[in-house]
Parts: sequence; structure tokens; C-alpha cells
Amino acid sequence: MSLFNIFNISGSAMTAQSQRLNAVASNLANVDSATGPDGKPYRAKQVVFQATPVGGAQGNTGAQAAMGVKVAAVVEDASPLKMQYDPKNPLANAQGYVAMPNVNPVDEMVNMISASRSYQNNVEVLNTSKTLLAKTLSIGS
Amino acid sequence: MSSRIDDALRFNQTALNLRAARQELLAANIANADTPNFKAKDIDFSSALKGALSGTSPRLAMEATAAKHLSGGEGKTLMGAPVMYRKPTQPSADGNTVDMDVERAQFADNALRYEASVKFVSDDIKKLLTVIQG
Repeated sequence: MSLFNIFNISGSAMTAQSQRLNAVASNLANVDSATGPDGKPYRAKQVVFQATPVGGAQGNTGAQAAMGVKVAAVVEDASPLKMQYDPKNPLANAQGYVAMPNVNPVDEMVNMISASRSYQNNVEVLNTSKTLLAKTLSIGS
Repeated sequence: MSSRIDDALRFNQTALNLRAARQELLAANIANADTPNFKAKDIDFSSALKGALSGTSPRLAMEATAAKHLSGGEGKTLMGAPVMYRKPTQPSADGNTVDMDVERAQFADNALRYEASVKFVSDDIKKLLTVIQG
């Protein structure tokens, strides 16, 4: 029954989007973390989405034409760290510069809005499917 | 007699199945709106319905004029109908061709038509009941 599979598809998308939101929260929280557990400055983290087959009866409804989403990997932003002049900081190098995280707050805010809207879209899809299934149950009454 | 009832309901039943399958496809497009290199997919509903009703699927057969020719790939199908890629109007840099406005509009449209089919099946059943009960 393909309508039930929409729950899996939209559910997987909601999971993926919430992981993206999680990465945004982590990046924004660590915008000033000049050092981490490994002693190095925090690097911005980004999720990589990938289309993936989701569970559900295949049967005659096509060879996985409809795909869900999963987070394939969480990658660290390789762009250079921001060098901030602060000679009083114990982490400063010989020239007096401190390596600060390469988090771009503007990018992160845009990412957050995009993730939030995509999440809402999938909630809407889920609700519509639920309504349709309820209507289907009432056939013949 | 039961086959008569079957016949009376077949059209709307097939339409309902196809609508549900298409709804799944559109949901997958919306779910993958942020997936790089994902291509939006859809089916041609009217030809798919025609194919499903006649029991034949509209597939293009490749002609093999030599023994070494490969047989044509059938590609992905949805209840026998070929799944096609949507033509992008505003392709994005990451290779994703999901246009959220188009997908949401098609999703709402398909949902409404699904509900219409549900109503038609209900009415068919009510008609049959009227005939049986008088």
C-alpha cells in the first residue's frame, strides 16, 4: 500500500532535516569555541543528504521509484579558520593570532530556515496522507 | 455476478491505486528537496491509467537486429507505467531538480483527485446497494 510508505518517506526526510538542524545548532553554539576536545578549533559541520530506498512493500508499485532521505555523512568544513588578532589569549600563536572556528553565522541562519521549511513541508505531506487514508477507510459507508 | 460488481468498480479501483502510487512518488520528491543530484520524478497519469486498465504497460521495445544487441532497459516503472524525470525549470547548482512549488501543487492536486476517486467508489457501491435492496 503506497500511501503507508509515505509515512516512511516523509518520516525519513523529517529525521534528516532534524539532523541538519542539529548540526546548525552545534555550529551556532560553537561559533566562538577556539578549542575543542582535541585541542583544535571547532570546525563547522555540514550534513550530506542522500536519497535512499525506504522500507515498505515493493510488489507491483515499482522498483523503488520513490526514495526516502538519509544523512550519508557529516562533513567538516575545510575552509580556512578565521584568524583573530588577540595577543593576550593563551592560545595565540607567535604573531599574536588565535585560530577561531570557520562558522559563518549567516550561512547557518539560512540553513536553519531552509531546514525548518523543509521539515514543515514533510509534516504537511504526512498530514495529507493521513487524511487520505482516513477517507479511504470510509469507502462504502 | 460477482464479476459484474468487479467490473463496475474496476475503473475507480485502478485509478485509486495509481493515485496512491503517484502520491508516494510526489512525497519522495518533496522529501528529497535538499538532496544533491536528486532528480524529481513523476508519471504520465492518463497514459498510466490507460495502460493499467488494458493490462498492457506502455513500454518502448528496442529492436534487436543482431544477436549481440543488448535488450533495451525497461527503466523504473510504477504499476507498469514508466517513471519519468521532470523537466527542470530552474535547475540548481547542486544538480537537484525538485521545484517545491510544482511538487506541492501536484501533491495537493493528486490528493484532491484521490478523494474524488474515493467518493466515486463510494457512490458506485451505494448505487449497487440500491439495486440490490430496491
